[in-house]
Amino acid sequence: MATDTHPKHKRKRTPTHTFILNGKQVHVNCPADVRLLWVLRDLLHVHGPKYGCGLMVCKACTCLINGRARQVCGVPVGELSDCDHVVTIEGLARSVGKELHPMQRAWLDYDVAQCGYCQPGQIMDAVGLVNEVHAAGRQVTDADLDRFRNVCRCGTYPRIRAAILDAATEMHASSEYGCISPVKATLKRRKPPAFTG
Amino acid sequence: MGGAHSAREEGTDGISRRRFLGYVLAGPILVTAADMTAAQSARAAVPTVQPVDFYDLTDLLTDSTMPTAHLITVAVNPDGTVSFSLPRAEVGQGITTAVAMVIADEMDVPVENVKVTLADARPELLFNQQTQGSDSMNSLYTPLRVAAAAARGRLTQAAARSLQAPLPRLKVRDGHVYAPDGRSASYGSLTRAAASERTARVVAQLKPRSTQTVVGTPQRRTDALAAVTGRKVFAMDLDVPNALPTMLCRAPTINGSARAVRNLAQVSSMPGITDVVVIPHTQYIAGGVAVRGATFGQCIDAVRALRVDWGPGTVDGVSESDVLGELMANELPMAPALGQTLDQRFTFYFRPGDPLEPNCAVADVRPDRAEIWSSLKTPIWVKQTIADLVGLPEEAVTVHVSQGGGSFGRHLFADAAFEAAVVSKAIGKPVKLMWHRTDSFRQGRVHPMATSRVRVTYAGQNVLAFDQRHTGVVTDIGEGFGDVFSAMVGHTEAGALGYSQGYFNLTANVPYNFGPVTQQLNEIYELGEFNTSSVRSVYGSDYSTAVELMVDQTAKVMGQDPYRFRRAFARDARMTAVLDQVASAASWGRPMPPGTAQGIAVHREYKGFAACVAEIDCRPSTVDRKIVDAYTGARVTRVVFVIDVGLPINPLGLEAQMMGGIMDGIAQALSYSLHLQDGHFLESSWDNAHYTRQWNTPPEVQVIVMPPTTDTPGGAGEFAVPTSMAAVACAYARATGTLPTYFPVNHFDIDYEPMPTVPPIPQSPTDGLTHSGPTVKGAG
Repeated sequence: MATDTHPKHKRKRTPTHTFILNGKQVHVNCPADVRLLWVLRDLLHVHGPKYGCGLMVCKACTCLINGRARQVCGVPVGELSDCDHVVTIEGLARSVGKELHPMQRAWLDYDVAQCGYCQPGQIMDAVGLVNEVHAAGRQVTDADLDRFRNVCRCGTYPRIRAAILDAATEMHASSEYGCISPVKATLKRRKPPAFTG
Repeated sequence: MGGAHSAREEGTDGISRRRFLGYVLAGPILVTAADMTAAQSARAAVPTVQPVDFYDLTDLLTDSTMPTAHLITVAVNPDGTVSFSLPRAEVGQGITTAVAMVIADEMDVPVENVKVTLADARPELLFNQQTQGSDSMNSLYTPLRVAAAAARGRLTQAAARSLQAPLPRLKVRDGHVYAPDGRSASYGSLTRAAASERTARVVAQLKPRSTQTVVGTPQRRTDALAAVTGRKVFAMDLDVPNALPTMLCRAPTINGSARAVRNLAQVSSMPGITDVVVIPHTQYIAGGVAVRGATFGQCIDAVRALRVDWGPGTVDGVSESDVLGELMANELPMAPALGQTLDQRFTFYFRPGDPLEPNCAVADVRPDRAEIWSSLKTPIWVKQTIADLVGLPEEAVTVHVSQGGGSFGRHLFADAAFEAAVVSKAIGKPVKLMWHRTDSFRQGRVHPMATSRVRVTYAGQNVLAFDQRHTGVVTDIGEGFGDVFSAMVGHTEAGALGYSQGYFNLTANVPYNFGPVTQQLNEIYELGEFNTSSVRSVYGSDYSTAVELMVDQTAKVMGQDPYRFRRAFARDARMTAVLDQVASAASWGRPMPPGTAQGIAVHREYKGFAACVAEIDCRPSTVDRKIVDAYTGARVTRVVFVIDVGLPINPLGLEAQMMGGIMDGIAQALSYSLHLQDGHFLESSWDNAHYTRQWNTPPEVQVIVMPPTTDTPGGAGEFAVPTSMAAVACAYARATGTLPTYFPVNHFDIDYEPMPTVPPIPQSPTDGLTHSGPTVKGAG
């Protein structure tokens, strides 16, 4: 049987990308346009972020990048710099120094998950939403929840709403969850290539 | 805590309602099983005609599992945990939690000490390893209890010897057996003594309902922590050595097949790509051009770069208007009108059938053996088919059942597992194969398009007859369900008409005293080959919505209130009870502003009854509300749902199942469909096919679980879909004053620019660092 654990690098040496993943610096060799979702899942074997569309629509792949919820299926790994913090569901609790993040605890309290496939993305987006709303000095509203785009095909939406509101109260009461990193997303940004459908 | 029930060698006693035969299997630790052959023969023989009042799909599926119940075992481990290898799929419905609860209750062990895993394909189980028809709890409940009770009996006997205490005075609590003087022995310490050198039959005494302490109480999911920490492992999360990401480039029309690749060398040399191979279209796989690479992202690039010559598909040039014409031309004739009638035809468009986890499987096919991992509801059939596909004997193929990220009927079929096996064999390497989301919408299995004609014959305040003719594109049931139907009803009238006919006849019903009722199904093969499957609730969502809308129309011409009318014609006291409960909890008839209304519906299936009240807001200010990149439309503002499943095992899980079904019902009534145009579906993204999202989630959802009405659990998984879809449709009709005659009601509002079909899948965005959510109109 043929093996090819190290895929062929047929053209030239692939670049090395460095960023901080769940608190630890990681290096990965691959072309710069490979989206972070696949870098995490296929190269680094971090499987919490899930694939559901590859179009930033279902949001099952959401992670926190410098504290903001981002769909990593639409982030080329080359856009990250070595001081960018990427937090996946696996590192969420540790990022606040807890066994479980308040959002995860609320998820357990309301028994939110059904199949669980979308839940890492839901939780990461929920944390991002609460962080942004609190940073803007206000509370989560029904309108915020109505705009919460994540697809849950099992349809556990009502429990998701309840859990977010519950966790938001706890997060608001404590400065531990302040949250949007002062480290700005790095600006080595190029003009994004045109979308060709 | 309860007294020690006895498990004696057979022959000392007869078998009562709570006494069953079980087995202790030969081995070093205690392993027990149920013998349900007597239970099966106690039920009436499979009848030749199946009016659901006497014998329904649940009976059929459960009966088909009884002969092999003794092959499903409960094992007590030396560490005190109890193991059960579940021959069903866990796809989010909560079956592993419910099963753990049943075992824990019968044995008096903590629920968390019961370790439930998903069994590999076991052909010896015959019909007892399929997950369908919302039948898992109905078919497993008693065999599980018997096996658990047999284990408990053996353990207490062993404790009596070990503690030298009289058996009747022993008490069991939390996996320990206590003597009257307080000394105790744990199940773990007793398992070797309770084991048997030879397989022996025992009598198992089940707990009376009054002493069950876990069954019927709300229990959180046993896998919840894994789910919220990212540790729950789905098929694509497995790290099988050298199983690299693999995707297929699929045809521009449904079931088109790849003839040749024009740029094979170029694509083969793209970064990360290891293999490119043409996979022919066959009966079992869609086929196309497979690419394998270091990352799925590079597979997407390669799929998009491929230049493929495509052969024709199976429905090239066909659009949904053609399908509708064909369906209408093939509708069976209605009964003659003998009096005043109400006549109506309803149309139900194609709907997607896929869960959020895409079709996926890992396959490692070698010259002498094969190993497959996938979420599968019919693993025995999959194992047998893969053996055929790759040319290996059945015993050389191992099929592992993974945790599933949803199913809704989809995993009765195993398209990804078949493809993965064939691709792995073709290139001689392991593969981790996944469909792109766009493939799922465009080439995936769908809920077939159908029409439903209803004729209500009435006089004065009475309904004299009720007729329904349901006509549809063929629902592919044969492969997933085939074995059961061929074995159980193959020689009966229902079976002779085909599997889908059998299914329809064993489920369809009108739960009202409407005089003679006829419901007939006609499925049209002449339309060509669509990829369909039995999507959650199968025919129920459509035929029941048509029935309930016409019930409202009938009540209207008779000048009666929809709730009181249903109550007056209800055929069953359990139905009246759920209707009364839902009407009371929802304040049925409360004043509502113009443009808003309540709708009520009821559904009977799966040995249970459900009733739903939906409130809808169809005012322009709501319909036209703006949410970025969202289809909004009419909004269901409140749902009250009442469910009677007989014996609820886990009310919290049952509530979750109803909640999810309600979201399906809302989607199917209002917004979720596919558009067939010129041989392909237009939709390619979750933002095109409008499954319910938060902006269409009712702000208020209340699920009421009725107290037990029987001593066995009925079905749950599909129940809420028809009931809520019908209630939403009825509410829509009342709010707008217009009877909706096609579904979903927004079907002709296409709010996106369809993506091209070549290349078949879109590229991922690149600006994800700057914002959250979709960016490109048409892309999402």
